[in-house]
Amino acid sequence: MTINEIQDELIEEFSLFGDWMEKYENIIQMGKELPLINAQYKTDDNIIKGCQSRVWLHADYKEGRIFFTADSDAVITKGLVSMVIRVLSGHAPAEIMNAELYFVDKVGLREHLSMTRSNGLLSMIKQMKMYAMAMHSKQNANGTV
Amino acid sequence: MNALHTTADILDIEKIRADFPILQTKVNGRPLVYFDNAASSQKPWKVIKAIEDYYTKLNSNVHRGVHHLSQKATDAFEASRRKVAAFINAAHDYEVIFTRGTTESINLVAHSFGKRFVNEGDVVIISALEHHSNIVPWQMLCEDRGAKLKVIPINEKGELNIEAFRELLDDTVKIVSVNYVSNSLGTINPVKEIISLARYNDIPVMLDVAQAVQHMPIDVQELDVDFAAFSSHKMYGPTGIGVLYGKESWLNKMPPYQGGGEMIKTVTFDKTVYNELPFKFEAGTPHIEAVICLSAAIDYINEIGLDNIARYEHELLVYATEQLSMIEGIRFIGTADNKASVVSFNLDGIHAYDVGVILDQLGIAVRTGHHCTQPLMDIFCIPGTVRASFAFYNTKEEIDALVEGVKRASRMLR
Repeated sequence: MTINEIQDELIEEFSLFGDWMEKYENIIQMGKELPLINAQYKTDDNIIKGCQSRVWLHADYKEGRIFFTADSDAVITKGLVSMVIRVLSGHAPAEIMNAELYFVDKVGLREHLSMTRSNGLLSMIKQMKMYAMAMHSKQNANGTV
Repeated sequence: MNALHTTADILDIEKIRADFPILQTKVNGRPLVYFDNAASSQKPWKVIKAIEDYYTKLNSNVHRGVHHLSQKATDAFEASRRKVAAFINAAHDYEVIFTRGTTESINLVAHSFGKRFVNEGDVVIISALEHHSNIVPWQMLCEDRGAKLKVIPINEKGELNIEAFRELLDDTVKIVSVNYVSNSLGTINPVKEIISLARYNDIPVMLDVAQAVQHMPIDVQELDVDFAAFSSHKMYGPTGIGVLYGKESWLNKMPPYQGGGEMIKTVTFDKTVYNELPFKFEAGTPHIEAVICLSAAIDYINEIGLDNIARYEHELLVYATEQLSMIEGIRFIGTADNKASVVSFNLDGIHAYDVGVILDQLGIAVRTGHHCTQPLMDIFCIPGTVRASFAFYNTKEEIDALVEGVKRASRMLR
């Protein structure tokens, strides 16, 4: 599935929820189900500091694609992180770099990307894109693209 | 006491709430419950109308023009200074300096007092309860001057250890700067005792009263405090304006903080003669509108009466503490015997941020996080708390909504 197909799938899933409670219960559930980041990567180097909740992010590069794992100390942030990972992980650097994450707005979670939330989510997405950009230039330099 | 807002000693909260139009806001279809008053309070019509009045009737630059509007604006501006001086019982109007807020007031003293009186090897004392704004300016001063910052420790209830403070006092200490009320925990500090201990050692004291001045009467002469700082926006007035109170004797000895217009008497390329108090510390065109409208906020507070406010807010604090304590897994951070209307707490195994997000969905505004007191959070080994801070326009029904909201968050997040 492409990044946009996954986003559309998420939007459809969220359209089934009747109210905010169901929506947040689902986010919390996704947070609880997020595959754990390997303990060795949950280091200060991999921490993305929000003012309030913290996010740890690790990236693996395999056969032209990037795989992300992450964790957060707040479960709602973790749920949001899990959604972003579902959308972006397993794709080529160029796709990640150019991805426009419209699902956040469409599922009514835009406020979580605002500056005041300081939950580390916005910085995490930036970090993922930077990693993709770095891998993309590396691919270009090696002539593999 | 104003008959409009009070019946005997009881505040008429419904009438008071009608004075604050923003309290009618709906959030996610529910009535707003505003419990983030320690961060910023809401504004009554009296202040909102004063802002409109300023721009429709007075707007002009102050202290310079000979024309009609400039005269009127200057009169209103200086009347506001007198009102602030009376509000805190300053001995002289010119001991009231207008700044951008508490933060700028503290920076001004750290800079100007520090430049003149703090040297290598000297000591500045703050407390473990301080907001970053009462830590960082002193840290910067100490780094600059080669001085040392010492910290009054707290006990597990979030109360200052006065015995430890006594032991810190010697002739290397040049200034003590502490808050009257802790913004994170609500602890009311024994500032009279702190001041008298410092005075015994001839050490000046600065009080950050940003979380006190809207909750209880403050008399700078009775306290015999040397400097005090507070912000208008936390006391029902406009944002962007604050006050530094300083004893004349200190202010006269301190060099200016910033240079520019208003703060000078004469300027040549060789030498500038500084203006006298308070203008020496008020460089540039001030925030005229906010200064004038702060006066309306003080009128409003005086109409209700700080004693009435203190009594009612204490009732809210006691009720909230009782009701919240029945929630399973709740842990209060800050359980001082003497507290202002602030309740800080965590739920076992749940991040404060998550609680804040769920409460927001329910229309309840609380503050979550470290409240700009990271060193204090480190002492309690927590990343932050959920903080509900009450004002006199809040009600017990709103506290019931908070309690229900916290229970719901607890069920959802476990």
